[in-house]
Amino acid sequence: MTVVLEADGIVSGYGEVDILHGVSLLVDEGEIVSVIGPNGAGKSTLLKSVFGLLKLRKGKLLLDGVDATGLPPQKMVRKGVSYVPQSDNVFPSLTIFENLEMGAFIGGDNIKQRLAEVFDLFPALAERPHAKAGKLSGGQRQMLALARALMLQPRLLLLDEPTASLSPRMVGDILTKIRDINEKGVAILIVEQNAREALNLCHRGYVLVMGRNAMEDTGQNLLHSEEVGRLYLGG
Amino acid sequence: MAQLVVIGLIMSSIIALGAIGLTLIYGILKFANFAHGDLMTVGAYIAFLTFTGGGHIGPLSFGYGMILAMLAAMLVVGAMSVLIDRLVYRPLRRRNAGLVILAMASLGMAIIVRSLVYLGWGPDQRFYSSGLQYAHQFPLGIALKPDQMFIGATALVSVVSVYLLLYRTKLGKAMRATADNMELAKVAGIDTERVVIATWAIGGSLAGLAGVLLGIQSHLMPEMGFIFILPLFAASILGGVGSPHGALVGALVVGISQEVSTEWISPAYKPAIAFILLFAILLVRPRGIFGVKV
Repeated sequence: MTVVLEADGIVSGYGEVDILHGVSLLVDEGEIVSVIGPNGAGKSTLLKSVFGLLKLRKGKLLLDGVDATGLPPQKMVRKGVSYVPQSDNVFPSLTIFENLEMGAFIGGDNIKQRLAEVFDLFPALAERPHAKAGKLSGGQRQMLALARALMLQPRLLLLDEPTASLSPRMVGDILTKIRDINEKGVAILIVEQNAREALNLCHRGYVLVMGRNAMEDTGQNLLHSEEVGRLYLGG
Repeated sequence: MAQLVVIGLIMSSIIALGAIGLTLIYGILKFANFAHGDLMTVGAYIAFLTFTGGGHIGPLSFGYGMILAMLAAMLVVGAMSVLIDRLVYRPLRRRNAGLVILAMASLGMAIIVRSLVYLGWGPDQRFYSSGLQYAHQFPLGIALKPDQMFIGATALVSVVSVYLLLYRTKLGKAMRATADNMELAKVAGIDTERVVIATWAIGGSLAGLAGVLLGIQSHLMPEMGFIFILPLFAASILGGVGSPHGALVGALVVGISQEVSTEWISPAYKPAIAFILLFAILLVRPRGIFGVKV
């Protein structure tokens, strides 16, 4: 297997404060990797740093083995990486269709094929493409955000807590979609508060504590590890 | 009365051009551009500088030279707006300057621009062309000069063009997306710096055009745009800041109310009407007619 993403010793944060103190991780081709950890462990900061929304203070980032340290988001998108923020992840005053068009902004004009594929994956969106995104329910918004991120056929998808503040049924639907996306060959790095669901979903997982790597194993092993269970899964 | 409504419509069309630019810039940069009125003044004077006569188009008081002068005004004010942003506002944004600092900077810019107009052309009133124009008579006692019809038509064409740009082109959609959420626009791969430049260019050229139309409607003086800033802000806030069609509706309300009010009170109170409307809307519906919650 080839490594899609390699992060090595990442240090970053906001203002004067470092949030990440040297985090390393790997995502292989076609893999789902989840990062779990308590609130404030730096999970979201990690995704923002990988995607270039935050500057790395130290550390290295490789995409397909090529140095990608310090690339801004526009460049990351061109390298086949898409990112779905946790909240405010759709353009509310744009229609579903326009949101998807923006997803393909740098992709030239031939987006018909991609639209068809994305609508195939999310049939609910195809029902009313001219509805304003701001009028959608939380679950539909999340679907649209995922669909938007898929418009450029990314090789790696970064998901920041995709199931946060959704109803339990919607959580299941979104996780199923994430699995479907992965089966089409997209590698996924997912950060989750919902640790049990995330570990069930992923191939491998990392536990992040206080901005440092704490554990790393397969999803199932972490799920059944006593320590993880005690700390993050509620016993 | 009908006459006042029609004159109000003509004024509304000028207000709309300014207010749409103001609201676009606010939408994307969350920045109240107090220099917008003075950009209109510059447009009016650039047209004065470049206007060379060129006969008459039909019954209008000016010829093709005015069309060229209008284009020159749009080009110069558009470019000037981009330049001011690069030199003044962008460095401030990069230092995370707050809303108030940026508003003060634009107020300062307004004074600089106006002073330059004073230096260049002096305080006297100026006219594009002299001579009387006969008004066309319409039913209901409406009388309109050909120049005024030209103003209305030009503004209408511009507003429709802006609408098509915003809703039918990739750049326009990217502008709306950036106004919605600049961070997400970056995430989607949109070059938001280019969007900012385009927004200033469009907002600036609309202001330039509005200035020329205002000059055709009455006359040129260095304060013309500054005085106009109140109806501009009233219109864009009335409609909901950041919303282009809100600015359009706001412009209609402000423009028509200002003219119709002269039926009962002195025209000197026109700006007060804009102010009262602004007050009323802020009390009743602070986000404006089409605004989303702030």
